[in-house]
Amino acid sequence: MATLRIEVTTQSDEGDPWIAGSARRLGVDSLQACRKSHLYFISSHKGESPSTEQLEKLCAFLLVDPVTETAKYSTLQRAETADGPGQHFSGEGVYVIEVALRPGVTDVAARELERGAAELGIRGLEAATATQYRLKGDLSQADLHTLARGLLCNDTIERYSLGPIDPPFGHSSAARDRVDRVHLAGLDEAELLQCSKERMLSLDAQEMKEIQSFYDEIGRAPTDVELETLAQTWSEHCVHKTFKSTIAFTQQSLSGHALQVEEIQGLLQTYIQAATEQVNRSWVRSAFVDDAGIIEFDDQYDLAFKVETHNHPSALEPFGGANTGIGGVVRDIIAVSARPIACTDVLCFGPQDLPQDELPAGVLHPARVADGVVAGIGDYGNKLGLPTVNGAVIYDEGYLGNPLVFCGAVGLLPKGSHPTQPREGDRIVVLGGRTGRDGIHGATFSSAELTQATHMESGSAVQIGDPITEKGLIELVEAARDGQLYNAITDCGAGGLSSAVGEMGEELGADIELQDVPLKYPGLTPWEIWLSEAQERMVMAVPNANLPRLQELADLWDVEMRDLGHFSGDGWLRVRYGGRAVAELPMSFLHDGLPLPRRTAHYPDRQGQVSSLQVPLEQAIAQTDAKEILLQMLSHPSVASKERIVRTYDHEVRGGTIGRPFVGPHMDGPADAAVLKPIGTWSHDRAFALSAGVNPLLGKRDCYAMAVSAVDEAFRNAVAVGADPDRIALLDNFCWGNPTLPDRLGALVRACQGCFDAATAYNAPFISGKDSLYNEFDGQPIPGTLLISAIGLVPDMRKVCTSNLKQPGNIIYLLGETREELGGSLLSHLQELDGGETPSMPSEPLKLYRALHSAMLLGLIQSCHDLSEGGLMVALAEMCIGGRLGARVDIGQVPGNKISHANVLLFSESNGRLLVEVAPRDADGFEATMAGLPIFKLGAVTPTENLVCLYGRLQLFSLPMQELVSAWKGNSVE
Amino acid sequence: MTLPVLILHVSGANRDAEAARACELAGGVPHIVHINQLRAGAFTLSDYGMLILPGGFSYGDALGAGVRQALDLRAYVHDQLHEFIASGKPVLGICNGFQTLVKAGLLPGDPDDENDQKPHGNPVGKRQVTLTYNDSGSFECRWVHLAVDQSTRADFLAKVDQPIFCPVAHGEGNFQVYNREALNRLEQNGLVAFRYIDASGNPAGGRYPLNPNGSVADIAGICNAAGNVLGLMPHPEDHVDPIQNPLGGKGRLGLSLFRAMIDSASG
Repeated sequence: MATLRIEVTTQSDEGDPWIAGSARRLGVDSLQACRKSHLYFISSHKGESPSTEQLEKLCAFLLVDPVTETAKYSTLQRAETADGPGQHFSGEGVYVIEVALRPGVTDVAARELERGAAELGIRGLEAATATQYRLKGDLSQADLHTLARGLLCNDTIERYSLGPIDPPFGHSSAARDRVDRVHLAGLDEAELLQCSKERMLSLDAQEMKEIQSFYDEIGRAPTDVELETLAQTWSEHCVHKTFKSTIAFTQQSLSGHALQVEEIQGLLQTYIQAATEQVNRSWVRSAFVDDAGIIEFDDQYDLAFKVETHNHPSALEPFGGANTGIGGVVRDIIAVSARPIACTDVLCFGPQDLPQDELPAGVLHPARVADGVVAGIGDYGNKLGLPTVNGAVIYDEGYLGNPLVFCGAVGLLPKGSHPTQPREGDRIVVLGGRTGRDGIHGATFSSAELTQATHMESGSAVQIGDPITEKGLIELVEAARDGQLYNAITDCGAGGLSSAVGEMGEELGADIELQDVPLKYPGLTPWEIWLSEAQERMVMAVPNANLPRLQELADLWDVEMRDLGHFSGDGWLRVRYGGRAVAELPMSFLHDGLPLPRRTAHYPDRQGQVSSLQVPLEQAIAQTDAKEILLQMLSHPSVASKERIVRTYDHEVRGGTIGRPFVGPHMDGPADAAVLKPIGTWSHDRAFALSAGVNPLLGKRDCYAMAVSAVDEAFRNAVAVGADPDRIALLDNFCWGNPTLPDRLGALVRACQGCFDAATAYNAPFISGKDSLYNEFDGQPIPGTLLISAIGLVPDMRKVCTSNLKQPGNIIYLLGETREELGGSLLSHLQELDGGETPSMPSEPLKLYRALHSAMLLGLIQSCHDLSEGGLMVALAEMCIGGRLGARVDIGQVPGNKISHANVLLFSESNGRLLVEVAPRDADGFEATMAGLPIFKLGAVTPTENLVCLYGRLQLFSLPMQELVSAWKGNSVE
Repeated sequence: MTLPVLILHVSGANRDAEAARACELAGGVPHIVHINQLRAGAFTLSDYGMLILPGGFSYGDALGAGVRQALDLRAYVHDQLHEFIASGKPVLGICNGFQTLVKAGLLPGDPDDENDQKPHGNPVGKRQVTLTYNDSGSFECRWVHLAVDQSTRADFLAKVDQPIFCPVAHGEGNFQVYNREALNRLEQNGLVAFRYIDASGNPAGGRYPLNPNGSVADIAGICNAAGNVLGLMPHPEDHVDPIQNPLGGKGRLGLSLFRAMIDSASG
């Protein structure tokens, strides 16, 4: 069969400078330029090539831009495409590398080419795409392979060829109905574990034994479909067994003596849900029950918020992993019948300047990971039309082998519009994307650690997203919700149909036919169809009578829909293939059969730990040059401007972004939180804020302090832009190492205890959370990382505060108490200091925040900024940069508890502190509003563009604006 | 004076709701209609007084921004769209809608060439302008200042009496021409509608990020020879209320463009 190959090249393309730069990082210095071409392959199902006329039509209407591109055609016979030696050299020192997606990976361009061709009247085409790189320079064969592997091709989802690549048509295999029986009877513990490992089930010995004895009792062997269903349902990812297990927790002295032993009946129940119950807020609509937490917004609408992680997929395929991370969390919002309206992202990467030779085997370079993740997030969020408005980026060597990608989404839904009860006889309807072999074993894969070999073994766990199909789902579900066409809805996330149908049918039982599932290509076995985590799919329980109306909506929005079976009412899960049962399990065993583990945890109490350094902490602090360290902090990648990343996300779409990521006259100062006004609610001035708190540096020293600080930071950020402190809800996302190891689990326990203490102190409920465990690479855990996200009501969007200084002559106040708390601080990190007290709970923080909020509503606050990493001086410098105004402050009289040196005041990271700018005419009113609270008049905004810091009559430093800006913004824009 | 405005939705459109709000504030009656509904005859273009192709990522921009939507226009609504344009009613393409109008050969249009707008002819081969990848190589979201080009054939723009301040959010907004003559023809025939400027009104002069994408001659939007079809990359629909202004000013609303178009069509 002949195949047409079309090469489309940009005419004036001078090549991609980024590629040459990245090549140098890989040690290939001789690459001079790299030009990229799109390759399209077309063949006909009938075996005939398209005519010349048809080909020209395809190029003119779909493939070639006549202003910027040219095309070259050739006809390939299958036999001619062998990758012969020498073919990759096209003369004049130009080498060719071609890269194509592996079979089964979503290729939206190929699909749109086929659809477009059909619109042009050219039917029955099969299309595929690839990318060609033409590399100029004195390059050896080894150089070309290095560039291909290190830069141009990700082996997890792609393959490459030096010279012409075989057209990436694939998957011509026939339907496969094979179902295996897995014989567990008589296997001993080691053999059971071996079975779990070989099938990538991630089940432990106790769980395998439970399954073995269940099948012994019913007298048969499990099918592979059943075993996979159990492994998925019982996976850490789906059931969160660590957070539900009983833990024997020992607090130890530094020398290992047990100081205190307690038994914890489930972390989730004891600390997280308990906090929500204790604060008992009437405006919480749904916490920990649905796919997202829900709070009240106004008389008509509620808000849903969810944050997920997609760490392991992003480690292997950064673009696809982050892409589908956004896709997944947005579906969580659709799954509570809400219209998604915004996204957030918090990213943790390894050092971007890591020398190539220090990169561990099997790890993508952190710069490649970061580029791919950022592009993946932007691609999905932008294409869905969702503003990505809040986040953070943290760089630390602890994330080298295991980056973290937190993806959040917010949705709006009319009150009481989310139905959650499927009824007996309801049809089980799948909507959206087709099912393929993508994402098999994602649920169990994320419940295992990464190793050097993971790239090779788990390729099928990684997918690429198709945001436009998901966009169709958003529209369709909103219309179906408004038409009250379904009784329950859930997304097909980890565990695919198995998880979605299994959970939805937990009470009733379900009977489902796998042959009716729309497939991307034939050849999937029944268990693969059942477990596939193909993206962009939702499952609904639909009364029979509503099917025609739902089908009409699906046709309107170009969404594929299929009726797969019904909720039976007998409490059994029956999965069929061509009518034949391939799984028959009582829902009771599936959902209640899991033996919850009992785990051991211990944690060393570091209080009073003495610094191990030669130079005592106090002395080291005293020797620190404040000016130098401030500039070093401002240019630290975790503190410096993230503008280069954030501007690639659309933060304006939907027209409701009132509080933006960047503020001030140059629109480049950092914001504390986003403020959003949903479309459809412009009749009043209420809005909502989104913020985050995360500090892994602190967690390395004390996980309890990290949790308290993360809650305070998220809360304080929301208050800083104008959220009502009595209307803030929290989300917890834990990314941790292997919880079966007592030290990892002990740290997790301490973090949960911190969450409880802080949430109850702030009267803020947790409404949703997620844990991602087993974040380890080759036995090394990531720094335990807790992200707290906050969503808060902003009563008046016209009173929103920004962080940039506004007017010379205005007064700058410091709010909150500064303590000598440098343990786990940025200063300690930069100076490589160990020891010191970690930031603690502020005294009566809620009182201070409430008073500040009143002052804001009275219009007394000109600007407000929270103090976090780097403490007072970093916050003040950021306010100056944002406003392009100077400030003159005197820290000599700042009240401080046991402060040993001025530098402690400058860089301590005590919680509960903010800086505010107040006009002189408002000073009395402000001070009256804050009466009895720890506020201190620090200085004033100045017309000169210098940040001047005094200690009484002594000038500590004076820094000109230009130095501040260039430290913080680096060499980026302006 | 309640002008019915059809806002066309194809798979992947996403700024339709904001465009609808802008129309409402400007005195029009917006109606978001899916192209499948036009195909099926559930609604008809000629029943409306104005057409908006909103921003978004039609079909994921899988084969280039707006390319698939442009083909949809030809394949599904060709005749009614051409009648609509020929009748002189206003058509506004924003961002992806602008890309679509350009890729479909409707902007700047070529009145000399009969063949140009036939559904299955070969018009794109003759196309002389395009919107291609931003010079920065990536998607850009930032606020820009826009001035109406004084020689524009889109007469209603005379009512836009201030520069417009509004965001861009695109990866393929770099307006380019086939050659120097193509640019001259645009400029001499009054087909340039908007250019990027600085805050004080001086030409951006290609300076990034005032000109956020590298567009030739700072061109942000163009119109057809009749002046009733207008396209631009920035999003005036995202600045219809002063509270949306990141610099806190009261003027320079994108709403003025919607008012001007709706007023002229209602006139």
